[in-house]
Amino acid sequence: MFEISPAEWTAILLSLRVAVVATLVATPFGIALAWLLARREFWGKSILDALVHLPLVLPPVVTGYLLLLTFGRRGLVGAWLADNLGIVFAFRWTGAALACGIMSFPLLVRPIRLSIEAIDRRLEQASSTLGAAPWQVFATVTLPLALPGVLAGMVLGFAKAIGEFGATITFVSNIPGETQTISSAIYSLIQTPDGDTAAGRLVLISIVIAMGALIASEWFARRATKRLHGN
Amino acid sequence: MLRVDVTKQLGEFSLEAAFESQGRVTGLFGASGAGKTSLINMIAGLLRPDRGVIALDGETLDDTSKGIHVPPHRRRIGYVFQDARLFPHLDVRQNLDYGRRMNRLAVDSSQHNRITDLLDIGPLLDRRPGQLSGGERQRVALGRALLSKPRLLLLDEPLGSLDEGRKEEILPYLVRLRDEGIPMVYVSHDAAELRQLATQIVMLKRGRVTALGGVKVLT
Repeated sequence: MFEISPAEWTAILLSLRVAVVATLVATPFGIALAWLLARREFWGKSILDALVHLPLVLPPVVTGYLLLLTFGRRGLVGAWLADNLGIVFAFRWTGAALACGIMSFPLLVRPIRLSIEAIDRRLEQASSTLGAAPWQVFATVTLPLALPGVLAGMVLGFAKAIGEFGATITFVSNIPGETQTISSAIYSLIQTPDGDTAAGRLVLISIVIAMGALIASEWFARRATKRLHGN
Repeated sequence: MLRVDVTKQLGEFSLEAAFESQGRVTGLFGASGAGKTSLINMIAGLLRPDRGVIALDGETLDDTSKGIHVPPHRRRIGYVFQDARLFPHLDVRQNLDYGRRMNRLAVDSSQHNRITDLLDIGPLLDRRPGQLSGGERQRVALGRALLSKPRLLLLDEPLGSLDEGRKEEILPYLVRLRDEGIPMVYVSHDAAELRQLATQIVMLKRGRVTALGGVKVLT
């Protein structure tokens, strides 16, 4: 029961790689967007906010299909990227990372935004009277105080990315060794006659990863509160 | 020399204040709601006047007719808030060093030692703000503002959140600071406090300056 086969290892490691890359690349964008939504008033803010949350409510297959239309070989962006920069997303693990990054983006942004909104703006004022330019205020006060929220967002985003299925399989299919993540491996296994045991193993592993991520996220949230009280 | 001549509408409240101060310690006196905090927030650059001019030692900081507004971080004006506002994620030492780092000033350990001695905060250096008493917090905030080497120090009711005993504890430090010669604008609604500290008084009532002069205008 607990012998993990090489094919299963491949899927697990690919899932981890996809989720790590998706989370790391999405985080700077997530921080920028969270700051924008928390601190700035501008035209179209509610549209931007809705757009960020769209992957949460849209059927994943729709998101995947839209990604295929945009970033596929013949897609507007996809063709340009392939011809000019040699970056290909279609049917590659990078495409899986892109799909996971977009699907997990709302979960990444939300805790960061909440933690930025919770920061006492008077601390930022104090910082500016001490000579800090706006970017220094952000780097030395806003970001450090929001850090536990950033980490919580990263953990949640990671957990979502590692479990992503619908958008990924629609966009980059289910190719073992290239785009077959834990989720799509489970999907294939439960469709084969004696895949139950192997599927069970992968199910167990995904539960462990998801639980670990949620516990870590809870721990970061508690640290955040402590940090804001300056103890 | 500080020159202020500004108007600002804040909801129902209108602030229209003009004064010049040569004094080392300008006491801004008035009841709560008189517009004292709004006025020094404008001097600090945290609030923009609707109309008017603010100038310090001949340098224009605000001039709405010319579209001039120097942002707070370029004014070199220190600010001690009523609620200290120490950075909770930094210890006392890092809080004190913050202004020096932001302004990219050279390490000046003699200045650092002088100010930690003056304010008796040497023993607190490794603590976090959450582990300080109200009076200690206020002394650290004073030290933090001073170590950014400001050319003017604004103090907004620095004793306001402290009980009587704590006030008596901080007041001597403020007197020492005044005698150091750094120009200050000191906001208070407590005439006794200002009599001890101020060299010149600006009296503010419902957004208007009602009296200017030496401490005797407080009577």
